[in-house]
Amino acid sequence: MEQNRKRVFVKAFTEFSNPAKFEALARTVSPYAFGVFLVAGAIGLAVSLFFSPPDYQQGNAVRVMYVHVPAAWMATIAYTFLAAMSAIAFVWRHNVADVAARAAALPGAVFTALALFTGAIWGKPTWGAWWVWDARLTSVLVLLFVYIGYMAVWRSMTDKARAARFARIVALVGFINIPIIKFSVDWWNSLHQPASIIRAGGPSVDGSMLTPLVTMLIAYTAFFVWLVLTGVRAELISVRRDARFRRAPRSVSTVRTVEGAVSDA
Amino acid sequence: MHEFFNMGGHGPYIWPAYLVSLIALGALYFSRRAALRREEARDKRETDA
Repeated sequence: MEQNRKRVFVKAFTEFSNPAKFEALARTVSPYAFGVFLVAGAIGLAVSLFFSPPDYQQGNAVRVMYVHVPAAWMATIAYTFLAAMSAIAFVWRHNVADVAARAAALPGAVFTALALFTGAIWGKPTWGAWWVWDARLTSVLVLLFVYIGYMAVWRSMTDKARAARFARIVALVGFINIPIIKFSVDWWNSLHQPASIIRAGGPSVDGSMLTPLVTMLIAYTAFFVWLVLTGVRAELISVRRDARFRRAPRSVSTVRTVEGAVSDA
Repeated sequence: MHEFFNMGGHGPYIWPAYLVSLIALGALYFSRRAALRREEARDKRETDA
């Protein structure tokens, strides 16, 4: 039984390292991911703005939570995904893993910027300050810089194989920051509240606020899935074209280079 | 209606947070969709040629 399960896992793992098979899977899954995003997003937005009650201490400012927490959640989830894909690419030379890691970088950076922006907006009415240099806020700002650094590595080299090698190292080193973000509110004194959803003893958030929050989390996660799948599909087309181009006769490659289509031919 | 937009005095914080989130997610959506369409169109052009 155990042996059988292992075989199925290995089969799935190797199957989807085949770009053509992954592309087919991505094409099938992405409309569903987008559908979940639209439905959960519409419900989440309605409940967040119209049907959830104001907080007894924060008043209506608590509604910022429904866009802040999902963005912050996705910022770390996206990075964890990026680092996991980089590790897979590093160890197993999985064809699609580097492409998937790269596809997660821009959405991750945008979610991080959103978390910082909406956090500042929430901080002003609740803490009385837009920004404080405490461990949680600072470590999330560092995360934004890591994302930017990761994307810069990809863009700075025309040799994609070389860029991938450097990008994997940046991704894995940058992962040190993720547990720091998670536990920053426990390790240091912070204005930021401690974990209130995933914690021992269950969520400390009331059900009337947990519903819009969880719905928005589902929406953001589904959107991230769509973004990654769409990004991977676009990149795989480009990779396939580069491969076709490298196999083409020299006269063709000269024409392509003149057009500036591929610089590392 | 005015009360809804005012959000008990927190309107100036809540609406920009939602608006900027919406704009950022919209920008991500359109840029990803455009990138995929661009690649698909280029691929089609080159395989047809």
